[in-house]
Amino acid sequence: MSESDTRSVRGEDDGAVRAVTRVIGELCLPVGLVLLLFYAYLLWGTGAETEREQRVLQRRLGEVFGRHGGQAGAGVGAVRLGDALALLRIPRLGAGYRFAVVEGVGPAELRKGPGHFPGTALPGQVGNFVLSGHRTTYAAPFNRIDQLRRGDDIVVDARDARYTYQVTRKEVVDPGEVDVVDPVPGHPGQRPTTALMTMTTCHPKFSAAQRLVVQSVLVRREERQE
Amino acid sequence: MYRFLWRRLPGGTALRLAVVLLLTGAAVAALWYVVFPWLAPRVPLG
Repeated sequence: MSESDTRSVRGEDDGAVRAVTRVIGELCLPVGLVLLLFYAYLLWGTGAETEREQRVLQRRLGEVFGRHGGQAGAGVGAVRLGDALALLRIPRLGAGYRFAVVEGVGPAELRKGPGHFPGTALPGQVGNFVLSGHRTTYAAPFNRIDQLRRGDDIVVDARDARYTYQVTRKEVVDPGEVDVVDPVPGHPGQRPTTALMTMTTCHPKFSAAQRLVVQSVLVRREERQE
Repeated sequence: MYRFLWRRLPGGTALRLAVVLLLTGAAVAALWYVVFPWLAPRVPLG
């Protein structure tokens, strides 16, 4: 092969490499935009979906509260998966902080709001009333529970009464440490004697590597005034 | 690549621009209402 042939082949190779590189570079732009759009969807799109669900759930809860008017045991235990169980308010996180708690902790339920672990205690009951909620997506109901301090109130408007819990501890655990949801956290099989509440969410933010756990104890039960 | 695609579009600049906006809007809508809702629960963000 002559020198000019070699130069020509090398030139074609360079041209092909340049063309491929250019196409890859140009494809990076739409790929980056799609990733940005997906990030926006996770932060705001999922939140909009949850807010829609919350409006419906909170309206239904208001109707239930109005019907039962604070009767003891009213409607408790009759909540289906995905239905509203209670209204959660945390004054430390702002006067406007209120989420309807749904029954169940599957992906479909947690899209609607914080969920109650089926089989754990109901609001006000002796045992462990366990809630799980998203930290960064789907309106991020538990985004700021790391800001809770010992003694902070957590108000749960259940169908029969209003229950106030006070934060006792906060810890970060591995996802496998499931004994935090036991009736007596950390003591599997032990019979509970107090009414506790445990909130769990992912930790750190934007990761599911660990769980943030906030525990509280029941301090007050009030009849709801409708 | 974009120059090549632009040249393949029909009509003058205004029509091409309209087609681009329409196609982009359709792609964004498909991503936002179909692809992302399917994908979001599979992303372990919490």
